[in-house]
Amino acid sequence: MSSPSRSALAVLGPAVLLLVATSACEREDRQFRNWPPAAGAATVVRESPLQPGPPTPNPPVHVEYANNAWAVSQGQQLYNQFNCSGCHFQGGGGIGPPLMDSQWIYGSAPQNIFETIMEGRPNGMPSFRGRLGNDQVWKLVYYVRSMSGLLPKDVAPGRTDNMQVRPQEQATKKAVPVQSFTPPTSE
Amino acid sequence: MLQAVTQFPGAHSVLAPAGPQARMAESLWNPMYAVSIVVYILVMGALFWAAFRRRRADEPAVTPERERTLRRVVTGATVATTIVLFVFLVLNVSVGRAVTAHPGENPIQLLVTGHQWWWEVQYRDSVPQRWVTTANEIHVPVGRPVVVELRSSDVIHSIWPPNLSGKHDLIPGNENSFWFQADSAGVYRTECAEFCGHQHAKMSLLVVAQHPDSFAQWLTQQRDTARTPTDTLALKGRAVFLGSSCVMCHAVAGTPAGSRIGPDLTHLASRATIAAGTLPNTPGNLAGWIVDPQRIKPGVLMPPNQLDPEQLQALLAYLETLR
Amino acid sequence: MSITTPLVPHEPGRTSEPPAEVVGRLEETWRHRPGFWGWVCSVEHKSIATRYIITAVVFFILGGIEAAVMRAQLARPENGVLGPDAYNQFFTMHGSTMMFLFAVPVMDAMGLYLVPLMIGTRNVAFPRLNAYGYWVYLFGGLFLYVMFFLNTGPDVGWFAYVPLAGPEFTPGKRADVWAQLVTFTEVSALVASVEMIVTIFKQRAPGMTLGRLPLFVWAMLVQSFMVLFAMPWVATASQFLAMDRLIATHFFNPAEGGDALLWQHLFWFFGHPEVYIIFVPALGFVSMIVSTFTRRQVFGYPAMVLSLVATAFLGFGLWVHHMFATGVPQLGASFFTAASMMIAIPSGVQIFCWVATIWSGRPRFTTPFLFVLGFVALFLIGGFTGVMVASIPFDLQVHDTYFVVAHFHYVLIGGAVFPLFGAFYYWFPKATGRMLDERLGRWNFWLFFIGMNLTFFPMHQLGFEGMPRRVYTYLAATGWGDLNLLASAGAVVIAASVLVFLVNVARSLRSGARAGENPWGAESLEWATASPPRPYNFAYIPVVDGRAPLWEHPEGLPVVEGLRTDVREVLITTMLDAEPDSRHRHPEPSVWPLLAAIASTVFFVALIFTPWAFPIGIALLFLALLGWAWPRGEEHREERMIEREA
Repeated sequence: MSSPSRSALAVLGPAVLLLVATSACEREDRQFRNWPPAAGAATVVRESPLQPGPPTPNPPVHVEYANNAWAVSQGQQLYNQFNCSGCHFQGGGGIGPPLMDSQWIYGSAPQNIFETIMEGRPNGMPSFRGRLGNDQVWKLVYYVRSMSGLLPKDVAPGRTDNMQVRPQEQATKKAVPVQSFTPPTSE
Repeated sequence: MLQAVTQFPGAHSVLAPAGPQARMAESLWNPMYAVSIVVYILVMGALFWAAFRRRRADEPAVTPERERTLRRVVTGATVATTIVLFVFLVLNVSVGRAVTAHPGENPIQLLVTGHQWWWEVQYRDSVPQRWVTTANEIHVPVGRPVVVELRSSDVIHSIWPPNLSGKHDLIPGNENSFWFQADSAGVYRTECAEFCGHQHAKMSLLVVAQHPDSFAQWLTQQRDTARTPTDTLALKGRAVFLGSSCVMCHAVAGTPAGSRIGPDLTHLASRATIAAGTLPNTPGNLAGWIVDPQRIKPGVLMPPNQLDPEQLQALLAYLETLR
Repeated sequence: MSITTPLVPHEPGRTSEPPAEVVGRLEETWRHRPGFWGWVCSVEHKSIATRYIITAVVFFILGGIEAAVMRAQLARPENGVLGPDAYNQFFTMHGSTMMFLFAVPVMDAMGLYLVPLMIGTRNVAFPRLNAYGYWVYLFGGLFLYVMFFLNTGPDVGWFAYVPLAGPEFTPGKRADVWAQLVTFTEVSALVASVEMIVTIFKQRAPGMTLGRLPLFVWAMLVQSFMVLFAMPWVATASQFLAMDRLIATHFFNPAEGGDALLWQHLFWFFGHPEVYIIFVPALGFVSMIVSTFTRRQVFGYPAMVLSLVATAFLGFGLWVHHMFATGVPQLGASFFTAASMMIAIPSGVQIFCWVATIWSGRPRFTTPFLFVLGFVALFLIGGFTGVMVASIPFDLQVHDTYFVVAHFHYVLIGGAVFPLFGAFYYWFPKATGRMLDERLGRWNFWLFFIGMNLTFFPMHQLGFEGMPRRVYTYLAATGWGDLNLLASAGAVVIAASVLVFLVNVARSLRSGARAGENPWGAESLEWATASPPRPYNFAYIPVVDGRAPLWEHPEGLPVVEGLRTDVREVLITTMLDAEPDSRHRHPEPSVWPLLAAIASTVFFVALIFTPWAFPIGIALLFLALLGWAWPRGEEHREERMIEREA
């Protein structure tokens, strides 16, 4: 081997390893005590089920979970526990719009999804402000993104121990987000 | 020797049985222990004698008659081993049969469901309205058998009150059950004995064995729904509870809160511990737990709650009323 | 050059002084190629086994460090050395390292070093496969530790119970790493066992009938068959797990007709024999050491052999005693109680036979012999608690508590690591030509013995007091603090003793007393050649007519001549009676095993990340095997039958 290629290897090799290493570390990180400030503003106690006027959200700290398998799997658990599946089903949609397709009515960016969950949307999506901590919502956000294959395959969840009703997220083909102007189906 | 430990964390020893099953298991220990000691001394004695005995300088190593003697000794020792083991076998199988034999009549029916990392306890009754759901604490009357059906909502757990009974696994998708009986009043601690993730270490349950009368009283009390408090602070706390993220996971009977993801809080204040047997149930501990559960049980599924001090005080006052 | 000479028996006494020209030709034919390239291409069983042992000892130390960190965490209640996430990785790494990367490989490695010497042949049967097995093992271990340092160490226990290890509860790649580690180690263990069986059956010195096999060789034979029957189960199980996690199969998903208990059955059907896979070779060490240092053959050879075989059979009938708490029916479980108690009988027979041997012999209290005495003292305790946990009601109380932790550390450290250290002291002179220091050896032994008891004896009591296994901490109110502190102190003593051992090895390698061919005055064939042995092991293949060849022929062994010395050739003998059968052209050094191991590694590791690993890995492996098996003229000439007398 000639010496330039050897030195290139000497530089590239560790660089690649470092890259692999950092991505692996982020994927496996389990940050239990992610606050403050990640957990965001103090819990808003809602004294009435009625939502007051236009929301004035504190700008939430963006917690990046796109590469964290643990957080995404927690999001998956929350998705089922908080009954998101009651309307969106396992991603195929029903009462609410599907989450595993490429169509996004209110935007596909993590920030958009966060707003959708926090503030609610017309035609039935309730607001979860004050009901969920910011950290939980960010976990849900990235899990929702994984449903249409927007997360790396080694981060998205595998199958659950339930009846199999859809391909597991890590085998979902990436559905390139498209802005949808179709009104929600529930009218 | 019966211990009646009433304070936290409760008794947890195999060698202080307080129920028939644990007593039977313990009854096997003494003979096995004694025989083991005797055999150990015999074998080690033989080994040391063999190694260090005085030898004549001209003593031959291998002679036919010596080998014959040795063969007889080794055969004898083997036969003796076999006999001892056979006796143990018979003893074990007969005790094993007794342990699994059906409980006496009129047992209490319980359903225990394992969750990461707490125990859901449900008292069954022929009338479904009389079912009682609680968490991390089992109350039983002294002297009456308790049949426990075991389920898991996530991974495998194992329930083990050393003073009362051996372990029994809670396996998702599998039926398992056991029964036990407490013969003397006391608090008996139960650990999760099967590795179940981050907080396997802090997943305990207290078995409170009490006089049948006080048990009946307890059960009646547990059947009640939560009363709406009268003092203003607690009322405010109720509003905080119902208006915050608590209701996403917890239930309080008699209020709109009905989620079954976390422990039922209807009678939280009547329980001795919080966080699955981890902390004594005091207002201070409760406040610390609500605000930052990850400090106490890292990895636990309860999220942190940043309440302002007034809200927290009100919430604690409300939770105190949940007797 | 004529190559058809029949085997020529020699007069006794010729072994030690073969003519210089024979030796010269053998040296030339079997020599190591120089340099790093020669080192990676080597197919010689001793150099590969040495690497194996050194690697395994390094993993032993790493596993020990993990244990020490865990003991530091548990020394006090609510300690903060490790959080739950890290602790779970540490205890999984400790268990997986000790079982998969230390205990089984080191026993295989001792066998790979000693068996060809003990049966008087030049190398193992499939030397390239042997090299391949080592590389696969090494890469598997490196893979595990690289992942560990990337925070991707498995955290589900060395038993990896589903559903905790399944896709829903262990996201990320941690459990996949564990599943593939199993693949690596099981490939290397299967390879080693196949070599061992064929070597023992077909390459014994003329006259070494099965009835004259040294007991260690018997132990390795039995162990290899156990590996052959046990490993496929864990291979199946771990592949099921990987498939559940990666391609959404449902082997362990009850909602889709799978069963979480299926995992436990598959795992323990391997997992229990695994203990005996580790323990049986250790019994072989003990027999060899006892006979050498009592200066008589082990009493009751047939009983010893039958005990080994019985242990192997019974070892496959106990797995359910790990599962008594899962609700197995009482009657069914009782059979496993019976089998678990029965297996104490062959172990008992062997201990009685050793005691009888020692009684009628003339013991010399060297370090290896001390380790054997320590073995009996410790293993008996583990054996008694083993009989206790066979009892269902009692087991339900102590199962998954520190009582069981104490039990299996007494069995595995007392029953396997003590004989192994004895074996290190015993065969070190053979492998290096230098003696280990006896005084340091005694320090090593006593520190280990005391530290071991300090650490593990209190754990029996902790188990009775209700301390479950695999807890990352415990509350102060439980009252477990003091005994845990004692156990942690014991761990320090064990660490000191291992340190003494390493110092002893380092000193001895530099300036140890020279060992001759047979420093202990032992009876088996490995002591009939130079220390360290030459690459061809023996100049002439010895002929055996008894169980203790060197004691029966103090004047020198009878040998045969007639194997070619200008090419690598080994003598093949018949399976039962070891009559000369044929001559076998032996493979030359090759780099292909290394390349095949690299291809396997790429295959196994990439499988975790993409299904494309399948076609790519198989293609790479195919290329590597193509190169491996490519015919190269001379080297692969057919075997020539030896003319046999009628």
